[in-house]
Amino acid sequence: MSTDTDEGLFGDIDLGWEHTKNKLFLGLIFAASMFGVVMLALLLLDVAHTFYVGLTEFNISLVQFFTVDGSRRPELAGFRGAIIASVMLMLFTAILAFFIGLGTAVYLEEYAPDTRITRLLEANLANLAGVPSIVYGLLALAALVNGIGTGPILIAGSVALALLVMPIIIVSSQEALRAVPDSVRNGSYATGATKWQTIKEVVLPAAMPGILTGTILALARAIGETAPLLMVGALFTNRMPFGPLDRFSGMPTQIYGWAAEPSQHFIHLAGVGIVVLLSILLTMNGVAIYLRNKYETEV
Amino acid sequence: MSTETDQGPGITSGTGAKADQKANRRARRVLFGCAAITVLTTLSIFFVLIDNAASYFFGARITEVLVGGSFEQTITFTEFFTGTRWAPDHSTPAHGILPIAFGTIAITVGAAFVSIPIGTATALYLSEYSSKSVRSKLKPTLEVLAGIPTIVYGYFAISFINPVMLGPIAESLFGISIGRYSMLSGMIVVGIMTIPMVSSISEDAMQAVPDDLRNGAYALGATKFDVSLNVVIPAAVSGIFASYILAVSRAIGETMAVTLAAGFNANITANPFSEIMTMTAYMVSMARGTSAVGTVEYQSLFAVGLVLFLMTLVMNLMNDWFKRRFQEEYR
Repeated sequence: MSTDTDEGLFGDIDLGWEHTKNKLFLGLIFAASMFGVVMLALLLLDVAHTFYVGLTEFNISLVQFFTVDGSRRPELAGFRGAIIASVMLMLFTAILAFFIGLGTAVYLEEYAPDTRITRLLEANLANLAGVPSIVYGLLALAALVNGIGTGPILIAGSVALALLVMPIIIVSSQEALRAVPDSVRNGSYATGATKWQTIKEVVLPAAMPGILTGTILALARAIGETAPLLMVGALFTNRMPFGPLDRFSGMPTQIYGWAAEPSQHFIHLAGVGIVVLLSILLTMNGVAIYLRNKYETEV
Repeated sequence: MSTETDQGPGITSGTGAKADQKANRRARRVLFGCAAITVLTTLSIFFVLIDNAASYFFGARITEVLVGGSFEQTITFTEFFTGTRWAPDHSTPAHGILPIAFGTIAITVGAAFVSIPIGTATALYLSEYSSKSVRSKLKPTLEVLAGIPTIVYGYFAISFINPVMLGPIAESLFGISIGRYSMLSGMIVVGIMTIPMVSSISEDAMQAVPDDLRNGAYALGATKFDVSLNVVIPAAVSGIFASYILAVSRAIGETMAVTLAAGFNANITANPFSEIMTMTAYMVSMARGTSAVGTVEYQSLFAVGLVLFLMTLVMNLMNDWFKRRFQEEYR
């Protein structure tokens, strides 16, 4: 190119505007991406602020908060029963959802032939993941609480939560199983192992860290769910549940009970409850990330 | 995997091998049983909702009719789908679902106005513009946003968005004093909580667009702006739409945030600062009372639940269709 670029081919095109347009656009989408971050910061600040005001102006004692059950009088109310109930809910949810979820994932990844029935199972799974959580509550309400006649007990809440998180556990387990290389399976077959022996002794141990990570994340989702528990008939004032057949109120339902009250004292109790709930969620996510990082490089 | 180890030639299949094969077949049956439970769940949802909704419309559950009860239409479908007053538990009851359906649709549309532009812009920034280090920080931050329980968003609405953000605006610009609940705060929080869905799925779709297309456009002298808007977005459009549908479906079924943010007053209004009620909020308000089996309040839960379930089902099927198209495009 030996032509003088000042008077070049594109001399009449205003590149200045193109540059400004690009800069403006970048500014716009950068601002938009920061919107979510700013909102997250505002949300956390708001919760921290109510927590602080609750402790200082409303004299909410953290010791009392962790050692006393709920009460109709805000100055006597605590969170103990709700924490215990949530831990129990999570335990039963884990037992109910883990084995069935893992079994389904193993069937779909290792055994399922490519037939219409398999495609139906997969499509059904995608649909179940999109069912609103409150509908699972209705299912437990009609089938267990009033159908079998169990009444609004803790285990009915666990069933609703287990059905809710099952698709999440299945999908994450499928991903973990898919990440196990086929050469590992073929090695096992070459020694004369059956498919089930291969799965049990080789594939599952290799995929287990991934499966556990997904399960913990799913349980973190379950512990924050409110609507299914409300439909099942959770209490509005938490008390210590004596076993899985007792009535209950979990952490989120108690937070809702408090937040829906007109009294500012109750609203600040809800703020303190949210801090406890978020700390537990943070811990669970931390454990999941730790597991993932620790076992990521193996296999 | 088609490497099923049948007893091959040359291997003497003793009783041990036979037992192993038997265990294998048994495991396969048990695992299929696990998978069947997921189908059973869907069927039970359908059955429970339709069965109990029948008692709302016809005065008797289908299962009761089978053992000798009789149908007697109490609420007509015309009243249900076209009535403009919703008060099944009132002393002069009215059974028009329109006010609470309006509430749900208004929140969904309002939330879409927040999550769709911001989510798409975030996806574009992450996929096309951001440096690796910014991306590695921004993505996990947005994932945190997706992991926060919905009850916390509801709390954020009544303790911050409504009184601190919207209150002064409504007061100074429109002279309306805002109550504890408002439709707009519901739209905003649901919008915020669905941003990560739009951004992460749209970004996946944009990342799947092959670089050849981008380079082709650059070779023609296109700027990054042109490439983003005229090449990447059109090429990823079905994945982007799938993310929109998922966000909308989530907003329809969203319960705790809208219950706390938008309130319990079933009415059709254009005033964004007024209190409304969504279908899910109605269900929560009925669960809050002592709605005993057999009362019309209890039965109405399932009628509303059925409508809600069908709305999200349609969304999920559409999402499935878009996703399949998106997967076929460049593979």
